[in-house]
Amino acid sequence: MNFDKEYFNLGVLDTLSYKNTLVHRLDPRTKVITTFAFIVTVVSFPKYEIAGLIPFLLFPVVIFALGDIPVWFILKKVLVVSVFAVFIGILNPLFDTHIKYHFLTFPVSGGWVSFFSILLKFFLTMCSALLLISTTSFPGICHALRKLGVPEIFISQLLFLYRYIFVLMEETLRMVRAKDLRSFGKKGQGISIFINLVGTLFVKTIERAERIYHAMLSRGFTGTIHFVLKEGFGKKDFVFMSVTGITLFIFRAYDIVGLIGRLAERMFN
Amino acid sequence: MTHHIIDFKDIFFQYPDGTEALKGVSFRIIHGESVGLVGANGAGKSTLLLQMNGYMLPSSGVINIGGVELTKKTRQDIRKKVGVVFQNPDDQLFMPTVFDDVAFGPLNLGMSNERVTDRVNSALQTIGCLDLATKPPHHLSAGKKRAVSIATVLAMEPDILAMDEPSSNLDPKSRRDLIGLLKEFKHTKIIASHDLDLILEVCERCLVIKNGMIVADGRVSGILTNQLLLEENHLELPLSLQKNRIH
Ligand SMILES: Nc1ncnc2c1ncn2[C@@H]1O[C@H](COP(=O)(O)OP(=O)(O)OP(=O)(O)O)[C@@H](O)[C@H]1O
Ligand SMILES: [Mg+2]
Repeated sequence: MNFDKEYFNLGVLDTLSYKNTLVHRLDPRTKVITTFAFIVTVVSFPKYEIAGLIPFLLFPVVIFALGDIPVWFILKKVLVVSVFAVFIGILNPLFDTHIKYHFLTFPVSGGWVSFFSILLKFFLTMCSALLLISTTSFPGICHALRKLGVPEIFISQLLFLYRYIFVLMEETLRMVRAKDLRSFGKKGQGISIFINLVGTLFVKTIERAERIYHAMLSRGFTGTIHFVLKEGFGKKDFVFMSVTGITLFIFRAYDIVGLIGRLAERMFN
Repeated sequence: MTHHIIDFKDIFFQYPDGTEALKGVSFRIIHGESVGLVGANGAGKSTLLLQMNGYMLPSSGVINIGGVELTKKTRQDIRKKVGVVFQNPDDQLFMPTVFDDVAFGPLNLGMSNERVTDRVNSALQTIGCLDLATKPPHHLSAGKKRAVSIATVLAMEPDILAMDEPSSNLDPKSRRDLIGLLKEFKHTKIIASHDLDLILEVCERCLVIKNGMIVADGRVSGILTNQLLLEENHLELPLSLQKNRIH
């Protein structure tokens, strides 16, 4: 059953987010804002841009290193979802056939260029999103969003989701396991069993929700959830944000790859 | 203070599906008493505890807590006095981190952030889990979850503590710690459990409930040694009293 593995993966991401490195210690707001800025900058590049995007790979590399994040684990996740990007871009080479560049005398059509541009943008944005998740605890992200003005009710929903997705997954896991243990490798009795599983899960979930609500009432809940929030915005956040901001701007405004190319040319001549 | 009295008078309770879970329960617990509640599965222990803070109001009968009759109107205030620890810690711990969870109650009481932080820290200290403050509950073992769910209630500094199966899932050491903790808590407490040794150590008095009725009420030493009564209620002599059965 694949379910075990998926659950395990979710758990790994979650555990990663509670590490204690320089990046993990940054205020969640810092990371949410810079990630957002990074994504906007990357997406803002024109359709046929490839060279301009290359320098942006520097960001994930730095975060992987500073945050002590297992590279393969994240890359595998990005590769899995890349399928979507391929679907989005795969028709470009068919429709857009005018020749854009010559790569070592091979003609390259605009379609292929924009296809690769999409892939690259997708890779960069997915990487940064996953890195955000694996360097910031989910509650941290939620509190950051709250402070940045996302309405209370969404935040509470997200926090409950986070708290109970693991409980729900484990409940499902136990049920699936119990079913597997008693079906002796037989497949095929599939759909009706599956419907039963989902039904039971649904009932269990409703009952649990009721018990949780009761637990909340028992401790004086009257409609709003309060938090004690620590102010964590410090000098390191300021430095991180400025450095990232300036670098993003430079990478966006100047043609870094071309600059390096010309520099190299001059050195060899 | 002498007013942490629990008084149940002829309580009946029926679940929406028609199950008669309590059929005329009456008892009175005075200030500072610690009372064990035992009985077979389905006897009505959990149902009885859930009556204590007004989550479910009785179909008939009067519950009086600390001199206040429990009604729809008074239950908000009574909840501040009665801390209930549920059978399943996953229901009790609903916040994203241990700290937030323990802080939930005190914050609802309208305390300032500093005072809440103090309370949370001292509650976590009491159960020896201060280092878990930033962890999400799903990273805790079953025993730690149990301990933290007790802390969530301790942080509210209730006058009356009601617990449902506090020692289930605990390893012997954690169980020992829990017993120590419960002995230290000097307020009124009522503990439902199948762990008769725990009841024997922590409580002075014991209620036996069967099919929604109290069938025995008396000193622990009398009740937990009454083999006939215990066996009628699907229970056994506490292990510590079973020496003669070891061959
Ligand atoms: N939500 C519910 N709806 C309908 N009936 C219920 C519900 N919860 C409990 N009951 C019934 O009420 C009776 C008392 O249940 P209760 O949970 O109080 O028993 P208990 O003494 O706590 O048992 P255990 O030792 O297994 O925890 C049982 O007959 C049970 O089937
Ligand atoms: Mg019960």
